[in-house]
Amino acid sequence: MPKGAGWRVSLIIVFVLLSCLYLTPTLFAKLPSWWSGLMPKDRIHLGLDLQGGTHLVLEVDTQKAVEGSLDLVATDLEDTLNAKNLRFKRISRSGSEKVQLLLYEKGTAEAVQKLLKDKYPGYEQSPLHDDGGFVALTLRMPEELAKDRKDKSVVQALETIRNRIDQFGVSEPTIQREGINNIVVQLPGIKDPKRAIDLIGKTARLEFKMVREDVPPGSAVIPEDAELLKERIVDPTTGAVSEAPFVVQKKTIITGDLLTDAQVRIDSQFNQPYVAIEFNSLGSKLFDQVTATNVGKRFAIVLDGNVYSAPVIRERISGGSAQISGNFTEKTAADLAIVLRAGALPAPVKVIQNETVGPSLGQDSINKGLYAGLFGVLLVIIFMAVYYKLSGMVANIGMVLNVVYLMGALAALGATLTLPGIAAIVLLVGMSVDSNVLIFERIKEELRLGRSPRAALDAGYDKAFLSIFDSHVTTLITAAVLFQFGTGPVKGFAVSLSLGVIINLFTALIATRVTFDMFMHKGTVKKMSI
Amino acid sequence: MEFFGKTNIDFIGRRKIAFAISAVIVVLGIIGVIQIARGAANMGIDFSGGTSIQLKFDKPLAIAEARTALAKGGIAKADLQEIKDGNKLLIKLDNNAGSSLGKPVAAVETIFKQAFPDNGFMVESSTEIGPSIGDKLRKDTLTAVAIALCGIVLYIAWRFDFKFGIGAVIATAHDCLAMVAVFYLLNKEINLLFITALLTIAGYSLSDTVVVFDRIRENLHKDMKSAAHTIFNQSINEVLSRTVITSLTTVLAAASLFFLGGEVIHDFSMALLIGLLVGTYSSIFVASPIVVVLEQRRQKKLAAIGKA
Repeated sequence: MPKGAGWRVSLIIVFVLLSCLYLTPTLFAKLPSWWSGLMPKDRIHLGLDLQGGTHLVLEVDTQKAVEGSLDLVATDLEDTLNAKNLRFKRISRSGSEKVQLLLYEKGTAEAVQKLLKDKYPGYEQSPLHDDGGFVALTLRMPEELAKDRKDKSVVQALETIRNRIDQFGVSEPTIQREGINNIVVQLPGIKDPKRAIDLIGKTARLEFKMVREDVPPGSAVIPEDAELLKERIVDPTTGAVSEAPFVVQKKTIITGDLLTDAQVRIDSQFNQPYVAIEFNSLGSKLFDQVTATNVGKRFAIVLDGNVYSAPVIRERISGGSAQISGNFTEKTAADLAIVLRAGALPAPVKVIQNETVGPSLGQDSINKGLYAGLFGVLLVIIFMAVYYKLSGMVANIGMVLNVVYLMGALAALGATLTLPGIAAIVLLVGMSVDSNVLIFERIKEELRLGRSPRAALDAGYDKAFLSIFDSHVTTLITAAVLFQFGTGPVKGFAVSLSLGVIINLFTALIATRVTFDMFMHKGTVKKMSI
Repeated sequence: MEFFGKTNIDFIGRRKIAFAISAVIVVLGIIGVIQIARGAANMGIDFSGGTSIQLKFDKPLAIAEARTALAKGGIAKADLQEIKDGNKLLIKLDNNAGSSLGKPVAAVETIFKQAFPDNGFMVESSTEIGPSIGDKLRKDTLTAVAIALCGIVLYIAWRFDFKFGIGAVIATAHDCLAMVAVFYLLNKEINLLFITALLTIAGYSLSDTVVVFDRIRENLHKDMKSAAHTIFNQSINEVLSRTVITSLTTVLAAASLFFLGGEVIHDFSMALLIGLLVGTYSSIFVASPIVVVLEQRRQKKLAAIGKA
């Protein structure tokens, strides 16, 4: 063996073995029982364009999360001031970053100021000012806290969505944060995308509110502490949709945060599905208190601003369980149970991008893509063998190595193969040959100058090195940029391309070179087959 | 086997013809870019926002009939496109269309179900993109293209001479413009995949140019006496065989994707194919002649200073 060939050959073989090892989970759907522990399990995933499925981009309305926490601050302050016997006219959120307090007297206002300083140290207080005869004071949420709240709301939304999807049952979903406010959800192979989108996008804010029987729903003036909500009623025989208005107390008595479980049950009397919910200990206590003091009155079960039902409290309920009935089918009831179990989203989300590919198109694309790819590779192999003879075969070996390494690397990274990704592999085949063509043409020139095959080979590799290196770096620059800015299929393309470029440098400069060296190291070769 | 023996073609001498052809390409390309910027070209919904739905029917369906059915159903502004094999129809709606009809995909499904009850169909794919994401994508893409080009220019300028940098960038821009020109003239969709192809070709065309430049630099060092014109011609001839053969192999691969790869990558591989051909042309006929012109200008200037 020529000097230095040993480690190069072993490197090539080690890489081939590694690639095969990493490719095994991809190639065999069922792994043998001894394949466990430290053996790689990641496989090359197929992109949605190849296997069908749904790609969603959701935007979290983070502003609403900030408003939500300010609402909580307002409620909390009301309770605190009431408990301390500090009299106030009104405490409410104003705009999207402030809580406004209206007080009767300057004396209480000063006490409140002190209290606010202790309770909400980071918040900025405005000086006391007069507002229509009352003493007004605003509390502003500091920017940093608002930013943190927004950030947390996205993280929380992501967790909740992951939870819901897990319970819905999708194999290998991808749920990732993208940018500041966006969440990307990929559901490969999903059958009923519409249902999944509804399930993911529902805020699922469950609230129990008391119905204000003293205000007729049709009245023009609604008291400040009440609001008008509607119940959607679907006529079971005609399917006609109508709305029933309710005036309810603005203040929520119990929220969905206090649930521990939600299950679908079937009403034995009407054969109608409903959702049975269980409260945690705090929820049970609250529910017990509320039902005890309000026997004979109605409370409304509100989900995302819509009234689902408004039952009359017949007696005190202390078990900590309740039920939500409405016009459910078994599917909608099951989905509601899932979102209630998984919890509410901290802020509403909006679907800003939705790409759905049917499974048939996916299968069609993968067949055609693979077929076209193989055909292209075959053409190149034939061409090289004809044009460069034995040397061309060496280049072909290099190219096959390239493809094996690339697939192995993709499997090791658990990368996603998209249709443009296949295109990148085919393109890589063209480029991998490029390096060899550069070298071979150089060798031919040197041979024409009358050099011996050995000398021509060395000169060819040496002189072509810079060109190869330069051309690979430029391609790598574009691939890196595509990876940074691309989404979905484009990213897949960039991953294949950049891995390919790096691998190609190795095969062109080391793998094919050592093959030639092995043939020629004795110096007995008189003529090169090129 | 050899396609080219030792050639001695005067590439640089033919630069006027080449520049004339390229000027036409570049002008068409610039018109294309302007139209794209104005949104007057066939923009993919990933940039314009909107909905695209691909339906596969059991029986053939005339586009005109489909259009009438949609109009009757309340969707007046729809862009319809037939996909040749398999009775497929691609429908594009902008963000405003069908907004009163609830979800656009569902609306289209209902309309076709009612209008053609005996022609069953299935939704093969659907994409809905909100206006905000279209804007974001357009901005991101522009940034990506700008950063990629800057990175490459800097690299070339560092590895070679500034003149070469200019030649390489003009040749690359030329290739990208040629791709835009063809897509614009054929009214093909400008989407994210097209931009991907554009950037890939930018990288490819540059590496093609770099190989020629490498040889020129090598010969410039070896031969300090001959005129730039001669050295450039000699270098291009020396690497001609390599330039043509690599393009050929890559074209073989891209062409098989174009002819056999199916509808999803059809346009993508067409863009690659155009780019490969133009990229090869430009590294011979555009990049090097520009460097020669720049070099001659510099020498004239130097001579003028010397006389004065």
